[in-house]
Amino acid sequence: MTAATGIGARVLRTEDKRFLTGTGRYVDDLPLARATYAYFLRSPHAHAKIKSIDISAAAKMPGVVNIFTGKDLVDAKVGGLICGWTVKDKHGEPHKAPAHPVMAVDTVRYVGDTVAMIVANSHDEAKDAAEAIKVDYDVKPATIDLATALGKGAAEVHPEAPGNLIYDWEIGVKADVDAAFATAAHVTKLDLVNNRLIPNAMEPRAAAADYDKGTGNYTLWSTSQNPHVLRLILSAFVLGIPEHKLRVIAPDVGGGFGSKIFCYADETMVCWAASRVGRPIKWTAERSESFQTDCHGRDHVTHAELALDKDGKFLALKVETIANMGAYLSTFSTAVPTYLYATLLAGQYTTPLIYANVKAALTHTAPVDAYRGAGRPEATFVIESIVSKAAAEMKIDAAELRRKNFIPSTAFPYQTPVALQYDSGNYPPIIDEAMKIADYKGFEARRAEAKSRGKLRGIGFSSYIEACGLAPSQVVGSLGAGVGQWESAQIKFNPTGNVQVLTGAHSHGQGHETTFAQLIHDKLGVPMDQIEIIHGDTATTPFGMGSYGSRSLAVGGSAIMKAADKVIAKGKKIAAHLMEASVADVEFENGVFKVAGTDKNVPLGQVIFAAYVPHNYPHADTEPGMDENAFYDPANFVYPAGTQICELEIDPETGTTEIVAFTAIDDFGNIINPMIVEGQVHGGIVQGVGQALFEAAVYDNSTGQLISGSFMDYTMPRADNFPSFKLGYKVTPCPHNPLGVKGCGEAGAIASPAAVMNAVHNALAPVGVKHVEMPATPLNVWQSIQGAQRQAAE
Amino acid sequence: MYDFAYHRPKSVADAIGLLKSKPEARAMSGGMTLIPTLKQRLARPSDVVDLGGVKELAGIKVEGNNVVVGGMTRHADVASSAEVKAAIPALAYLAGHIGDPQVRNRGTMGGSVANNDPAADYPGAVLALNATVSTNTRKIAADDFFKGLFETALGEGELITGISFPKAEKAAYVKFPNPASRYAMVGVFVAKTASGVRVAVTGAGATVFRVKAMEEALAKNFSSAAIKDIKIPADGLNSDIHGSAEYRAHLVGVMARRAVDAANK
Ligand SMILES: Cc1cc2nc3c(=O)[nH]c(=O)nc-3n(C[C@H](O)[C@H](O)[C@H](O)COP(=O)(O)OP(=O)(O)OC[C@H]3O[C@@H](n4cnc5c(N)ncnc54)[C@H](O)[C@@H]3O)c2cc1C
Repeated sequence: MTAATGIGARVLRTEDKRFLTGTGRYVDDLPLARATYAYFLRSPHAHAKIKSIDISAAAKMPGVVNIFTGKDLVDAKVGGLICGWTVKDKHGEPHKAPAHPVMAVDTVRYVGDTVAMIVANSHDEAKDAAEAIKVDYDVKPATIDLATALGKGAAEVHPEAPGNLIYDWEIGVKADVDAAFATAAHVTKLDLVNNRLIPNAMEPRAAAADYDKGTGNYTLWSTSQNPHVLRLILSAFVLGIPEHKLRVIAPDVGGGFGSKIFCYADETMVCWAASRVGRPIKWTAERSESFQTDCHGRDHVTHAELALDKDGKFLALKVETIANMGAYLSTFSTAVPTYLYATLLAGQYTTPLIYANVKAALTHTAPVDAYRGAGRPEATFVIESIVSKAAAEMKIDAAELRRKNFIPSTAFPYQTPVALQYDSGNYPPIIDEAMKIADYKGFEARRAEAKSRGKLRGIGFSSYIEACGLAPSQVVGSLGAGVGQWESAQIKFNPTGNVQVLTGAHSHGQGHETTFAQLIHDKLGVPMDQIEIIHGDTATTPFGMGSYGSRSLAVGGSAIMKAADKVIAKGKKIAAHLMEASVADVEFENGVFKVAGTDKNVPLGQVIFAAYVPHNYPHADTEPGMDENAFYDPANFVYPAGTQICELEIDPETGTTEIVAFTAIDDFGNIINPMIVEGQVHGGIVQGVGQALFEAAVYDNSTGQLISGSFMDYTMPRADNFPSFKLGYKVTPCPHNPLGVKGCGEAGAIASPAAVMNAVHNALAPVGVKHVEMPATPLNVWQSIQGAQRQAAE
Repeated sequence: MYDFAYHRPKSVADAIGLLKSKPEARAMSGGMTLIPTLKQRLARPSDVVDLGGVKELAGIKVEGNNVVVGGMTRHADVASSAEVKAAIPALAYLAGHIGDPQVRNRGTMGGSVANNDPAADYPGAVLALNATVSTNTRKIAADDFFKGLFETALGEGELITGISFPKAEKAAYVKFPNPASRYAMVGVFVAKTASGVRVAVTGAGATVFRVKAMEEALAKNFSSAAIKDIKIPADGLNSDIHGSAEYRAHLVGVMARRAVDAANK
């Protein structure tokens, strides 16, 4: 199709005009007549019994409309929040499922747990009243530190989960793996912590709700990545509002990174209370609330061992992980450290035997759930760290060791020992290209030059694979998912020839309004400015699963293509009638129906017009109108893969790390809009580097207070922390979706922590440093160097 | 934010009058510290007296051997001032590295010095350059001004009207920013002025302090080699998730040497 705007073109983002000119419409922008404002009183304690809550003074404060506490929800028989994925432990028992009341009833379990909802005429009045609520807490000891959460004597978070254990899960056969280890020429061991992160989407979470007394209909505006799923959860499990009586709208949403997938207490309360208050309710999280109550990400403690033969061939991998769930099980929390983590432990390698044991632990901290990459960054970090460590120990070049163990391109489809079947890929050319662009050969000379300036220079690889494009419904269903993972699309032409494309995916920064329009433009020949992409409203769009897990294009885009096929098929019938030809002879190309081998043709616009003004029309076998929909359930996950190379310099005097070069070569299958893909990769790398060098959610281990509770203490990566990235692509099209696409949204964040940390270790090896945990902050690096010097002196 | 009455006087006298007549009143210059404090409900002034309308407080003048910066002068104006760049380039450099452009376009020297945040940059310059702080009632020498954590010699209702910096023969400021906030985790200002060599450290302790041992060594030999063996005790230094006291103590040495090298360039 037209190169300028079709598939593969760098089309500027349609949505950016409104975002850049301040005319986007976010939940907080909604003008709702007679609105009230909600404020949530949060627990100041990590663990306490609530002896009493006295709202009498607060209720009399100016502007206060209503105050609700957990008891009101119990009285109203409101259900608890749910975890939507049942993971069975190694004995086949479903995971422990502690109650998750929407608001605390008699116990608070983390700093930020919801205690009361104050609804007032203004936000400030609600906040004033919150200060007048008297809560009598009996403070109890709290379990904060993950490493000791499962140990004896750790304070129990929920009685339903003795010893704070949610599940003890495994994949692989331990005895087989142990046997392989017994034959190994070399075993590399690694202990690491995958640091806890706070998502920090630019727009904080927000909700607004309106109840129509006349019809009994609720409308909930929410910063959701998946409005239909949120509606389903609220209807079927929590509030009992029939699905058709609840409309959920997720308008413009300013970033999510996973944190806006879940069903939280806040939007649940805003929705529920709207009918009780009788006026619309608005709520927007303050930034400090986001820090405390958005679901956090990562947070693993892991021990891993890799067995190799004398030539460096991987024989087996063994991984033991404790994963933090926080104080309650959030919507998809149980799946993240199991099916999105351990199933990825083969990486790009032929490792024949893998065993992983994952214990999910409760702590008195904010819930932990999916965050950009969800499980796959943790897996990649384990594999790519231990592979680089093995290379260093065996004195094999890090790239060489990887290449030796890559799954050969002839082996696809490739069945890994951890359930997944990789559909396609070709890894060696990717690493070759990355090494060329990064000038790997010239590295030692650059290291020597840096040394002359007193700097320690290091280089690190990360060759990642991820499974995304979530997901084949049957597969995830068999693994315990509570939902299907198909996607929907509807293509609705108007009589004048322009078209509305409705998708069940949701854009909160990804640029769907552009990419999806390019698909339609390319396939149907409709000009870009005649295409409107509509998403995020359960009343207008077909039921959809939303956006996460790099699924929008691979699954949602494929649904659009299926619907477009239906448009063409129906169009052919109409065109055949108009051209007095037989349907079998009609071809469609560049927006025009033609009779093969003749110059007879009729443009799509004319066919559409005929469909809506069917005066001359094949009425016998064709309905009027042009409005086609499709559902697409993928046959498999998609498997993007790539190699990143990070080069950095450390100032040993201060411990400061500066990234001097960063190369990423990815196989995302076919690429629709390279500019948007680059943006996704840039953002992903920045988030991954953020984890490696800057970000850490730090709780005080005794009080459970969030120390990194604002941007004064939580280090977000910034533009001046980065060089210009060098990106490139290798393409092996996905064989099982109509577009041949894989996902690109998470790759950057999945691969980069290992690339950076391998470079850090490479840089610090000459001064004797063995291990540095993430984030490699100046303090952390300096202390590691000091430690190595002390050890050398001893 | 709690409710308060807002005033925008036009003269120092009117501002002082307001501050004296309302015991719970607070002055506001750039508001870069005060407004976040109010938003977090950590302060509850009855009245806010905005000094933004007091013309006499803003501006930069050269008076003999001194550069005099008015209390309401914004960081951005100090950073770009031709007078400051000519007389004390290190001071312009320092101002240009406070926070971000928004903060520099709002925040003021008077507000920053009066607030005396242990991690603020300006106190380092004030102390190292042996500056004099002028208020509506008196002049205070730098050595007498900074008293402790967020504590200064200023009395109730006393306003900084300006700060007078002697020109420096040599001076430099080197800052190790806190990775998250980018305030000074350790900032060292070294200056050689008519009154001698001074080394002032901000960020590391409860308040800005001088390192006498370094000053003495540098007075004899103004080179980084002269101070390379001087260790700063970690005792009493700040410690948080970004830097232990030992790390800060170490950084004082590194930043001081780099500052001397920069001053010699
Ligand atoms: C995001 C951010 C980053 C920052 N980064 C840095 C940094 O890197 N380095 C740094 O040094 N600072 C930093 N700051 C602080 C900033 O530079 C301001 O200088 C500082 O907040 C105070 O100046 P102000 O004019 O805004 O004072 P205000 O906020 O208006 O006032 C602060 C206090 O001083 C009092 N006060 C104000 N003016 C006077 C006066 N003339 N006389 C007596 N008392 C007065 C007020 O009553 C109040 O108590 C940062 C601030 C922010 C918001």
